Amino acid sequence: MALLTAHNLKLGYEGKTVVDGLKFTVNSGDYLCIVGENGSGKTTLMKTILHLNTPLSGKIETGEGLKSSEIGYLPQQTEVQRDFPASVWEIVLSGNLGHCGLRPFYTKKEKAAAKDSIEKMGITELSKRCYRELSGGQQQRVLLARALCATTKMLLLDEPVSGLDPSVTAEMYDLIYKLNKDGITVIMISHDIDAALKYATHILQIGKDIFFGTRDEYLKSGAPGLFSQKGEEKL
Amino acid sequence: MSEMLSEIAHYFEYPFVRYAMIVGVLIALCSSLLGVTLVLKRFSFIGDGLSHVAFGALAVAAAVGLTDEMIIVLPVTVISAVLLLRTGKNTKIKGDAAIAMISVGALALGYLVMNVFSTSSNVSGDVCSTLFGSTSILTLSRAEVWLCAALSAIVILLFILFYNKIFAVTFDESFARATGVRAGAYNLLIAVITAVIIVLAMNLVGSLLISALVIFPALSAMRLFKSFRPVVIFSAAISVICAAAGILISVLAGTPVGSTVVAADIVAFGICCILGAVRSR
Repeated sequence: MALLTAHNLKLGYEGKTVVDGLKFTVNSGDYLCIVGENGSGKTTLMKTILHLNTPLSGKIETGEGLKSSEIGYLPQQTEVQRDFPASVWEIVLSGNLGHCGLRPFYTKKEKAAAKDSIEKMGITELSKRCYRELSGGQQQRVLLARALCATTKMLLLDEPVSGLDPSVTAEMYDLIYKLNKDGITVIMISHDIDAALKYATHILQIGKDIFFGTRDEYLKSGAPGLFSQKGEEKL
Repeated sequence: MSEMLSEIAHYFEYPFVRYAMIVGVLIALCSSLLGVTLVLKRFSFIGDGLSHVAFGALAVAAAVGLTDEMIIVLPVTVISAVLLLRTGKNTKIKGDAAIAMISVGALALGYLVMNVFSTSSNVSGDVCSTLFGSTSILTLSRAEVWLCAALSAIVILLFILFYNKIFAVTFDESFARATGVRAGAYNLLIAVITAVIIVLAMNLVGSLLISALVIFPALSAMRLFKSFRPVVIFSAAISVICAAAGILISVLAGTPVGSTVVAADIVAFGICCILGAVRSR
């Protein structure tokens, strides 16, 4: 049984179909990149995986004991967060909230988990700093640390490098790659086909042409379509 | 100075002054706690909208001849709060427009009802005191003080118990939802608490000035502090101090209570702005 299986998904909103006939599986340890043009339904798919949206038809199943609330999520930043007065520690700690249920306060174990993931992201010295004063790359590390508090199994990343400069982007990709090597399954939405081909084990392309398979199959199939030339030349 | 203290002591011999002080401080505390969340969620204006709804409901209650107006005012305001906070991205009328619409609509209808059905000889006086709360806080009964104290205690308790959830839902609702936090339920809780506070606060500052109690302490605290907990604590402290100072000044100087409290909040905001600017240099 795979960690996550999508059966014939049809996605959209207000009755309009955005994607249809989506089938894919994610196994433990995979690094899946979801690529596609703007408006092709990448974010809708991600929200569906997280149960924030319901699919028009079809369904997503989780297996191997993965609960849907055990998926760590790195969302795109919102307007609200840009001037939110919160310390790094407060934000990372809030990643534990899914385990709390109705219990009002965090346990020692949860605080330790927050400390751990802050260390893993290399931002220990920032933990008392205010989130809105950090650089874009540091902010992404904070949100990643928060996601790690929520999960030990699967991370969903929505455009994790958008707005970051090239060197920070590379660091971010390395960090995610390391997490994947440590055994966390990664699903990432990306515009960046180069990075997708460099790190991912599997590719899901959505849009007019749908493709799902391993990275090698993707290269062989020539499916890259829109971005192919650029991607293949570099490799 | 000692003359002033003895004058204050003299005033505090009257129960209505003590009641006003207790209720004023409690309301200021509750509204500032919630204010931080509302401001950060971009709902600063909701206090204003809801207070106008409460005004309209009050007018209807008075016209129908109810002796205990709370029976109508509280439920109507709670329902409006729930409806307003639900207006997310999926509704036809966007959040700010919905608030503006309900707010002015309720204000107009409230005044209309008051004028047409009023049995009082001094309609404009009634309207003015409801809008600006000019005297109602000084005419509280013992039972009203107890009701207010009980509701405030509930609000404060809920806020402490759900502090971590409220933080998470305010900072990043979709992450909270994705990790299994029932964000919808907490938004509902925030809406209901907001409505309760607004109805309570009508006594203190009247329905036009409630927004000030909600937003000024939060904005003042955000000038000076950069993490959530200190912002919440400081905003509660500043709100309590301003309410107490405002009520004292108004009793001594004979100024209207509500606007004096708000004036104190504005002064505090100014001071915090200056301190914040000095510190960041």
